[in-house]
Amino acid sequence: RLASTGPGSVAMSSGGTLSILRSDSYAELSQYRDQHFRGTRYDQERLLRKSCTLYVGNLSFYTTEEQIHELFGKSGDIKKVIMGLDKVKKTACGFCFVEYYARGDAENAMRYINGTRLDDRIIRTDWDAGFKEGRQYGRGRSGGQVRDEYRQDYDAGRGGYGKTVQCQ
Amino acid sequence: MSRRRHSDDSDAGQPHKRRRTSEPSEIEERLESLICRVGEKSNSSLESNLEGLAGVLEADLPNYKSKILRILCTVARLLPEKLTVYTTLVGLLNARNYNFGGEFVEAMIRQLKECLKVNMYNEAVHLVRFLSDLVNCHVIAAPSMVAMFENFVSVTQEEDVPQVRCDWYMFAFLSSLPWVGKELYEKKDAEMDRLLSQTESYLKRRQKIHVPMLQVWTADKPHPQEEYLDCLWSQIQKLKKDRWQERHILRPYLAFDSVLCEALQHNLPPFTPPPHTEDSVYPMPRVIFRMFDYTDDPEGPVMPGSHSVERFVIEENLHCIIKSHWKERKTCAAQLLSYPGNNKIPLNYHIVEVIFAELFQLPSPPHIEVMYTTLLIELCKLQPGSLPQVLAQATEMLYMRLDTMNTTCVDRFINWFSHHLSNFQFRWSWEDWSDCLTQDLEKPKPKFVREVLEKCMRLSYHQRIIDIVPASFSVLSPANPVCIYKYGDESNRSLPGYTVALCLTIAIKNKASNDEIFSILKDVPNPNQDDDDGEGFTFNPLKIEVFVQTLLHLAAKSFSHSFSALAKFHEVFKTLAESDEGKLHVLRVVYEVWKNHPQMIAVLVDKMIRTQIVDCAAVANWIFSSELAHDFTRFYIWEILHSTIRKMNKHVLKIHRELEETKARLARQHKR
Repeated sequence: RLASTGPGSVAMSSGGTLSILRSDSYAELSQYRDQHFRGTRYDQERLLRKSCTLYVGNLSFYTTEEQIHELFGKSGDIKKVIMGLDKVKKTACGFCFVEYYARGDAENAMRYINGTRLDDRIIRTDWDAGFKEGRQYGRGRSGGQVRDEYRQDYDAGRGGYGKTVQCQ
Repeated sequence: MSRRRHSDDSDAGQPHKRRRTSEPSEIEERLESLICRVGEKSNSSLESNLEGLAGVLEADLPNYKSKILRILCTVARLLPEKLTVYTTLVGLLNARNYNFGGEFVEAMIRQLKECLKVNMYNEAVHLVRFLSDLVNCHVIAAPSMVAMFENFVSVTQEEDVPQVRCDWYMFAFLSSLPWVGKELYEKKDAEMDRLLSQTESYLKRRQKIHVPMLQVWTADKPHPQEEYLDCLWSQIQKLKKDRWQERHILRPYLAFDSVLCEALQHNLPPFTPPPHTEDSVYPMPRVIFRMFDYTDDPEGPVMPGSHSVERFVIEENLHCIIKSHWKERKTCAAQLLSYPGNNKIPLNYHIVEVIFAELFQLPSPPHIEVMYTTLLIELCKLQPGSLPQVLAQATEMLYMRLDTMNTTCVDRFINWFSHHLSNFQFRWSWEDWSDCLTQDLEKPKPKFVREVLEKCMRLSYHQRIIDIVPASFSVLSPANPVCIYKYGDESNRSLPGYTVALCLTIAIKNKASNDEIFSILKDVPNPNQDDDDGEGFTFNPLKIEVFVQTLLHLAAKSFSHSFSALAKFHEVFKTLAESDEGKLHVLRVVYEVWKNHPQMIAVLVDKMIRTQIVDCAAVANWIFSSELAHDFTRFYIWEILHSTIRKMNKHVLKIHRELEETKARLARQHKR
């Protein structure tokens, strides 16, 4: 392509842009809102819309910070990775936060890394309002993530069966 | 008594689901949606959809003419992949409403002038092509289009202008000819011949020193990497030889010929190319990337030759689709795969070639590299029975041609391939590449495999990589990324600083403060005793060695542990690395500890720059030092160097911006 100094969607006085070209569904906010967030819905959404931090879910318990850094580093320079931990065992429990220096880099992660594989698992990313101490712990009753409390399937990368199934 | 409607009571505070009146913005959205969607998959034929839409728009002209004009101008500029759909639509509207046709042409010319003024040259090419196809739709008279092209080509006669300016006007002319060459030649063959001969002489005299810089391969075999204007010129010459018969472009207006030829045409106003100014920035020249030809898919439809105009049109359109939908990977993949002519051209090959053309583009790809990886994965999902095979074939071809591939492109190939494999359980027929095992390890093929395996390991773990390659490939496998602590072994107890290292280890484990660390380090002798300049802390390489080795070893567990260590003992680092030699030595020690784990070296260097323990100059000196010469061609070195330069650039830009802002504030102060 010929390099253009102006993006195609710059609004011009005699033209404009097209909504089909503005579409950026991968970078939009999802329906999920952290119920433990302290503040109004409005505050939360404001923070989500300018956040540089992503929540990453469906990781294997064995996925390392190094692997996450390598994968997410493909969309830009990473400021920090915070591994999600089992509240009791303090071991990895399958999620993490990735914070970028620039929002644009986080957007590209949402567009191109979300829904692809890490450690052979399809991982999911979502906007996060920002890390706060305590948020690195799973909120399930057994110490891991809530989803691992109740699930019925066997998942070798996430401790086998769900906790309630294990207790049976 | 007022009769209040039920809905007013029951819907109090709730948004009405039933609109009583439509807002103007909603009408505009609906019109935009109707126009943008025409040509998409539909139960009706394209012709009947266009006919229907023309009727709707014609009826809306009295009330919404300016909106319709704006939308049509915008699709002309931003949806070039649907060029002929929209020129047909404009043709139908012009046949029904001559004035509207005239106003549209005027609006297009205004838009073209504005694009050129603000350096939007890609969009301007689309507008020129749109105008030229309007000749085919009987909206614009052919002689006036030829006149515009005559003005374009005469730019090549201008003196003291950048070559890229003349190049653009030449490109705008030549690249419109696949659409309108036939019509223009039929109406004005003498003028066209003159233009073509002027073109030929311009192309002969223009400079092409940029070509070696932009070629992905240095070899001309199997496919020469041609300069873009030269390639286009060959394609146009062949088109002319074929009597301007072009069979690939979808031309919906042909079905409406009886209606359109009744329409009155407009003359383009004389168009003077705006003069060159200091602010003009023209597009960079390109080299055309080719990796496939008709021999690569012997069973499928024949791939148009490199000098066929069909090849040009297909590539242009596929690039346009990516440019339109790069943010929406599923849409992008679907649009690429639904490119018309699927059964007449080997579409999967064209798509893969166009994607690699962008990925390998020099100096930089148009979009972020990871987009192409994910786009290819989406394409594989949509065409699981055919696209993965084409991709495997492409990978094999790229591997075969590594010897002449530009190093930057090899780097991108490595990054793409390793990331791609990580999405497919690293399944690959590595044995097919055993030829590289007999070569010198520094040769491109074995080097490529080594770097790929190293990157694959970064996305997984060491044992996984050992497991996925045949045993014979162990010589190319990456090292186990373990830390090397020189004071760790009892057998090293005679090393100077060993006891201090032990002391330090215990102290750090017991959460010692920076001051306690300093006092422990005081006991370390300075091998550079003679260089003591008496100004307090001097460069003591042994102190640096003992401290950095010990700390990094203790924090080896993860990146986070190491970053915490750097943060906690930042003061010690800053003091030890105060001098330039200190900074260099810190980097050397980091390398000694982590030489098996290049990824760790890279993140530590990044963190040390950001926390100002070392500076960019120190990193550059370290990378170009003789101690690292043996690793000079390993890609992690360049990863670190490029990352360092990027940080430096960002820093310079940031400071520059702050300076400008401060100057502006000062100027405002003085005005008071």
